[in-house]
Amino acid sequence: MVKTIELIGRIFLDVIREIGGVATLLVETCYFAFVAPFRGEFPDRKNFGKQLVEEGIKSIPIVALLSFTVGLILAMQTAYNLRKLGAESYMPPLVAIATVRELGPLIASIIISGRVGAAIAAELGTMVVAEEIDALRCMALHPTRFLIVPKVGALLIMLPCLAMLADAASIFGAYAFGASALQMSAAKFRQFAFEYMVARDLWSGLLKAAVFSLLISGIACYKGITVTGGAEGVGRATTQTVVHSIFAIILVDGIFTAIFYFIFP
Amino acid sequence: MNAPVPNEPPPEDIILRAHGLVKEFDGRRVLDGVSFDVKRGEVLVIMGGSGCGKSTTLRILIGLEKLNGGRAWLFGKEISQASEKEFNALRRRFGVLFQSGALFNSMTVGENVALPLQQHSDLDENIIQIMVRMKLEMVGLTGFEHLKPSEISGGMKKRVGLARAIALDPELVFYDEPSAGLDPVVSAVIDELILDLKNKMGITSVVVTHHMDSAFKIADKMVYLYQGRVLAYGTPDEIRNSDDPIVQQFIRGEPDGPIPLKTSRDVYLQTLAGFADERIDKT
Ligand SMILES: Nc1ncnc2c1ncn2[C@@H]1O[C@H](COP(=O)(O)OP(=O)(O)O)[C@@H](O)[C@H]1O
Ligand SMILES: [Mg+2]
Repeated sequence: MVKTIELIGRIFLDVIREIGGVATLLVETCYFAFVAPFRGEFPDRKNFGKQLVEEGIKSIPIVALLSFTVGLILAMQTAYNLRKLGAESYMPPLVAIATVRELGPLIASIIISGRVGAAIAAELGTMVVAEEIDALRCMALHPTRFLIVPKVGALLIMLPCLAMLADAASIFGAYAFGASALQMSAAKFRQFAFEYMVARDLWSGLLKAAVFSLLISGIACYKGITVTGGAEGVGRATTQTVVHSIFAIILVDGIFTAIFYFIFP
Repeated sequence: MNAPVPNEPPPEDIILRAHGLVKEFDGRRVLDGVSFDVKRGEVLVIMGGSGCGKSTTLRILIGLEKLNGGRAWLFGKEISQASEKEFNALRRRFGVLFQSGALFNSMTVGENVALPLQQHSDLDENIIQIMVRMKLEMVGLTGFEHLKPSEISGGMKKRVGLARAIALDPELVFYDEPSAGLDPVVSAVIDELILDLKNKMGITSVVVTHHMDSAFKIADKMVYLYQGRVLAYGTPDEIRNSDDPIVQQFIRGEPDGPIPLKTSRDVYLQTLAGFADERIDKT
């Protein structure tokens, strides 16, 4: 019993420490992104361009493919339910709205936490182990300015874009099902899918994607930069990054959705 | 052996002074009163067995670890009083060669050497490329600019690391085990480079090593660390003639002596018997 309480206490402290560490890192990132440039210390632009490609462009195929599949699945499940009411023609708006409000951003973020979050943690962790971070510090180059700002910034721009791509691919998946199984014409599908959608549905989803991007890059950078214990530590940091960021995404998503549902309906 | 290092800011010609450095990790004291002076233009060698605190001493002096006690002055500035910004100003005046070379693996050899120049000087990119070639030439690696660190050998990585450390023409260079893991020829080359920097450019060096040959070859002054304390401090001759049995055992590389590595036969048998008893009781 005492052991259990002790364990819960320790986990609680670990969580607090991690949240504190990630928050501190993100505040530092903001400083180096927005304040330091006015003092003549600019983030690394070349590195930023590279990150846009690594984190964003190279994620396009997998995000598109998986979102298309999820759109297809969602369309089938929705149509199955609607058929009982004889209202299969309502499939397009149901899928489209659920996608832009929720599933597009969520799927993009979960894929990115596995693809990009893990890569960031592994890269930074390896640099810690190889004394590269120490070397940066000794050249009077702050690792946050030099490495973390480009990564966080690039993901902040790229994840909402990828979420939009996921929205489009998923709706296209629903259309593929609608056209082939329910004989919907493209014009009818388009008109029906977007008839009930309001701008807020779209931007609330994209706002979430932006917040999720900070969770992913913040957790990944924190885990990477605090690696201890050699190659084994890098492996641990990578796994923890994926698990913790998916956990954080779903938790924050729940909070967001509740706020939008209850407070700003 | 030598006049003790005073607890006061050093005169102009002392580029680095450590006085009574204390460092603890999780309550365990790994440095306990380490003191030495480094004169401008000298090579100081810090030696000692592994785990005695050599790297920790170095990491404190280059600002990667905080002191728990004692004082140190670098270029006349007390390091524990320096803000991050002031320390960064000091960092442009010294270079560091890390044990593994610590090259940035995502950049080519040339980009590694160019980085400090691009970040800390207003030089034109063409001038920077010329300087990169000059520095690589100095370490005998012309023509390797376009290779990635993963494509060159360990010895070459260290030489590139050295080229990068001296890119900004520092007054002082720190080396952590420059010859560890290298074959005798390459480590002799590194020793030559350290002496070249001293003789041709007047660069001061602080070298951590446990290779006795190279230590005696390059050193003007030596510090022998043992369990976080300075056991001997002086010129190579003074160290060679030291009457401390631990120092003597170390510089001769003898397996038996006062340095406790192997437990004695009796102690070994006793612990083994105790362990066996315990196990038998459990069954
Ligand atoms: N970051 C750290 N955390 C805890 N202990 C450390 C840390 N760095 C070094 N130590 C310990 O301090 C002692 C001295 O280490 P170090 O200075 O690396 O020795 P060496 O002389 O081999 O370079 C060792 O016992 C090592 O385990
Ligand atoms: Mg060491």
